[in-house]
Order: sequence, then structure tokens, then C-alpha cells
Amino acid sequence: MQPLLDVSSLTVKFALRDTALTAVNDVSFTLSKGERLGLVGESGAGKSVTGFSILNLVSKPGFIAGGSVLFEGRDLTRADAETLRDIRGNRISMIFQDPMMTLNPVLTVGTQMIETIRAHKKVTRKEAEAIALDKLRKVYIPSPERRLTQYPHEFSGGMRQRIVIAIALLTSPSLIIADEPTTALDVTIQAEIMDLLLELCQSEDMGLILITHDLGVVSQVTQKIAVMYAMGDTASVVGAPLHPYTRGLLGALPQCADKADCGLETVAAPRARRRLNQIPGSMPSLSDVPRGCPFNNRCELCETVCTTTRPLLEKKSDGRLAACHMVA
Amino acid sequence: MAGLLRRFRQSYFLYSFLRDPVAVTSFALFVILASSALLAPVFAPHNPYDGANIDIMDAETPPLWKDGGNPAFLLGTDNQGRDLFSAILYGMRVSLLIGVGAVAMQACIGIMVGLLSGYGSRRLDNILMRIADVQLSFSSYMVAIFLGAIVQMTFGVGRYEQVAVPFLVLVIGLAEWPQYARTVRASVLAEKKKEYVEAARVIGLKPFRIMWRHILPNTLTPVLVISTVQVANAIMSEAALSFLGLGMPVTKPSLGSLIKSGFQYFFSGSWWITLFPGVVLILLVLSINLLGDWLRDFLNPKLYKD
Repeated sequence: MQPLLDVSSLTVKFALRDTALTAVNDVSFTLSKGERLGLVGESGAGKSVTGFSILNLVSKPGFIAGGSVLFEGRDLTRADAETLRDIRGNRISMIFQDPMMTLNPVLTVGTQMIETIRAHKKVTRKEAEAIALDKLRKVYIPSPERRLTQYPHEFSGGMRQRIVIAIALLTSPSLIIADEPTTALDVTIQAEIMDLLLELCQSEDMGLILITHDLGVVSQVTQKIAVMYAMGDTASVVGAPLHPYTRGLLGALPQCADKADCGLETVAAPRARRRLNQIPGSMPSLSDVPRGCPFNNRCELCETVCTTTRPLLEKKSDGRLAACHMVA
Repeated sequence: MAGLLRRFRQSYFLYSFLRDPVAVTSFALFVILASSALLAPVFAPHNPYDGANIDIMDAETPPLWKDGGNPAFLLGTDNQGRDLFSAILYGMRVSLLIGVGAVAMQACIGIMVGLLSGYGSRRLDNILMRIADVQLSFSSYMVAIFLGAIVQMTFGVGRYEQVAVPFLVLVIGLAEWPQYARTVRASVLAEKKKEYVEAARVIGLKPFRIMWRHILPNTLTPVLVISTVQVANAIMSEAALSFLGLGMPVTKPSLGSLIKSGFQYFFSGSWWITLFPGVVLILLVLSINLLGDWLRDFLNPKLYKD
């Protein structure tokens, strides 16, 4: 069966005065209908840019330099503006990090919802309002009729993110891209929002791309996980990471600090004070990516081959993908 | 409607307005001036536009409380024998009309240009802003002289009187729109980086709709503030143009042309012809400016001085 979304060797560059920096380099993944994928990486690893480039909305000076994004059989990197507008917000919706910022402060929630529906469906205002009310109920907003006439500042942070999710649901999309949807919320609300997203994806059979740097969240919600250097099923990636970068990420979590390859399920009681493992250094600057494997100067397994040849994303022994010379 | 009224009565806007004596005073002053100007035909004892009622024998009658004052002319008469009080009311009406009209025109041009310039491509922005720069480097007097010559040629000096008001609206509107364009452009540039614009694009809205429905309402705060200041400026410009003889003709005087007509008699002792319209002009402009100041402080919480 044809996958819902097939991203292959997607490359996004940012044009500078005389050079172009590569922000997303050769990213590939697929997503079937109703499947949930976690996209994980450090700040600046290109997660959000990947998300935007799926919608072909990389803002200048960025541009898609290569690869393809096949969504329901259509290549979005080559689609015209009309097709793209038809897909954006209609077949694919996006949820952003900060619900304070994504709602227009001077328009009522109802106006914004109705506008979204009417941009994609030929319905009357009354019908659009009915759809909006229905979706607000789905995200558990109490007394939605009254809430429709209110402005974003009259909602709390968690409520606002629910509204944003409701807006994303309006046109019953088949894919939702959630770009760190809970980063701006406090921890108890985070769990609520993630549960809500999970529940909605399951009940509406929607695909989800969850962009985050929180492996804990990813392991609860998703079925597949793509770390910026590797990819596989959530359970096996978190349970027995292959790529040294993924191992490093997991090792940095407090509950796994004693064993670099522990699963997240085994939450150990906090031990005596000790330092967390960390991945040394930080992301290389885009203008100064090392030769060979871009992770080589921070990797414990680094050998000569890593400094000369860039590893490709390839199938390893148990069917997972990783871009690393050192793991089999 | 009743709900809206109740909301207004409980709003912070009204509360902070009522707590500011300067704002309340200037608002009251403005309302008195504006309503007496708008209702000039009701309040004014004479009709200064009606030549048949004017008697040259009444010329330069001093105000009521001076020797030789005539009870029919509260503030005296001008050199033609027109009742100054009536002329001021009618003149203020003309001044306000031109001020508001010119600002409406500036706002229309300026907001469109500012939106396109801020949201459109870099190239379009450059072109539009250079045009604005060129426009700003013409003073409104130069625009008035050029356009005035053209208008007087086409309509003839005799009929100029009838087109004077729209002409002045056009001149002041054309001369000052870059103020709006710059203000709107600056706030569009700030707004378009915000995530709700990105979200609107992700939703799949058309660029024009994003510009009009999402960005424009968010830039209206500074627009509101400069509008008040610009009305005051436009009234001043009109007065200055009329004083120089480029504005309203003496047969249909505005405040500026009243000041001008009295200027020649100032040193021969008829000070009231210039003084009273001048005082009214100052009060009008001052009240509008003070209201604008209060509005700016209210709408920009960062300026709060605890």
C-alpha cells in the first residue's frame, strides 16, 4: 500500500550571500495512514525546518534543494501554489510550539475557526460554526458556544493549545505536524495535551509527526521514531539504541543515567548524586560541518573512516535504519 | 447593543480616561468646539457666506466689551463687516472638514502602501518606500502651489471657490500619506514575523487575506495614534496654506484665511480679527493633540509612568 507520506532524501538549504548552508541534509522517512512518528534531535538539528518543508513553507532565504515529499501520491516540493494552499490546513495541519503566539490576538476564536473552514470548504457561516463547536467539544472545551465569541487572551495556556488543536482538526486532516506542542506549557498540562493528541489521532485515524526533543514524550505517543541520525520502531530505538547519538540522548535522561542503553520503562529510583551522562560539545555550526560523519567530533566510537566518509542511512541487522559506520 | 454599552462602561478604557483630568478636559473642549462648528448654522447669529447680509459700514467693529462695540457682533467684525463669531464657527467647520478629510485620504493611501510594502517582496518595498521618500521631500506648500496652479487653470479663478475644499483635502492628503505608510510598514514588518502569521499561512489562507484580516487589525494601534496627531497637523497645514493665500478663499473663510484677513489690520488696532480665530485654532489643535497623547499612553503600556 502506498504510504501517506513519503519523504525521501529531503535537503533544505539556506542561501547566504555567496554560499548555501545545509540545514536539513538528506532526510528520509515514511509514514503510513494513521501512523505516529516522533522526530527527535537537538536544538538547531533541523527538526522544525523539516516540518515546514513538508508543507513547502520554508521561509526565505531557505529553499528546498533536493529530494521529494510525496503526500497522498503528490509531490509537494513541486506542487503549484494553488495545490499547496488546498493541502495546507486542509489535508495537513500544523500545531506550533507556543499557543500564545499562534492565535491572532485581535480576532475571536470563532472568527479564526470559521475562517479556516471557509478557506477550504464551501459551507455557510452557520454550518462552519457547527463544525467549530463540534471540534471544540472534541478537545473538551467547556461551554463552547460562549467560548467561540471570546478572544485568545481570555483563555489559559492549556486551553489555548486545545483551541489550536481544534483548529488543526477542523477540516479532518489525514496528517498533523505538531512542532513541540507542549514546550510552552507546564508539566501537568503537557501530559493532558499529549493524551488528547494521542486520543484524537487514534479516534480520527490521523497520522502524526511529533517534533520534539523529549524522548519521554515520544516513547509514550509514537510508534516510530526518527532521531536526526537514525530511525526505527519506538520500542526498539528507546529499548536498545543503535546509533551512538541516540545512546547519548538516552544516557542523558536522569532515569537512565546509570546505564546508557536502558529502556525508558525501567525508571530507576534516583540514586546517590552523580552527574548525568551528556553528549560532549554542541551541534556543529552549519557553516563548519566536519568532514565525514557530522557527529564524528562528539562521538565515543569515532574511527578513521568516520572522518573521511559520510555514513548513509542504511538498514542495520534488525531492520532499523541508522547512519553510522560503527554499528552493525 | 446594550451589552456593548455595558462592556464599554466597565472597560478599562473608560476608567483610565475618566481618571485623567487632562484627557477629560481636552475631550470636553474638543466636543464643544466640534459640535459648535458642526452646528454652526444653528448657533451663528449671522451667515458669513451670505454677501447680502454683510454691510461694509460695520467693518472693523470692535468686540462687544470695547468702546464702539455693537451688541449684534459679539467678537466684533472683520474688514468686510462680517460678524467674527459667526465667521469663526463656519471657518472651524471648514478647517475640521479639511482636517478629517485629508487624514482619511492619507490613511487610505498610506495604509495600502504600508501593507503592500511591509508584506510584499523586498523589491516592491524598495520601490514604494523610495516613492514615499520623494513625496516627503516635497513640502505640502510645494504640492499646493503646483496643484493650485493646475486647478486654477482648469477651473478658472472664479470657480476655484467651489473646489477649494476637495482641493485642499487632496493637497494635504497627498503631501502627508508617507507618514502613514511608514508607520504601517514598520508595524507590519514586526507583525509578520509573529507566529500567528505563519499559522495563517499553514492554514492555507491567501496572502491578501492574511494581510487584510490578520495583519492590518494588529497594526491599527499606532494608526489610531497618528491619526489624531495628523488631524491636528492637517488643520495646521490648512491654516498655513490659507494664510499664504494658497488655501480657502476669503469669501469662504477657514480659520487660516480669517487670521490672514486680519493680519493686515493688526497694527492699525483691529487686533481681534486675527486674535480670536488664532485662539480658536490653538485650542482646537491643542485639544486634539492632548487627546492623541493620552491615547498613545493608553495604548502603549510600555510608556506607563507608574
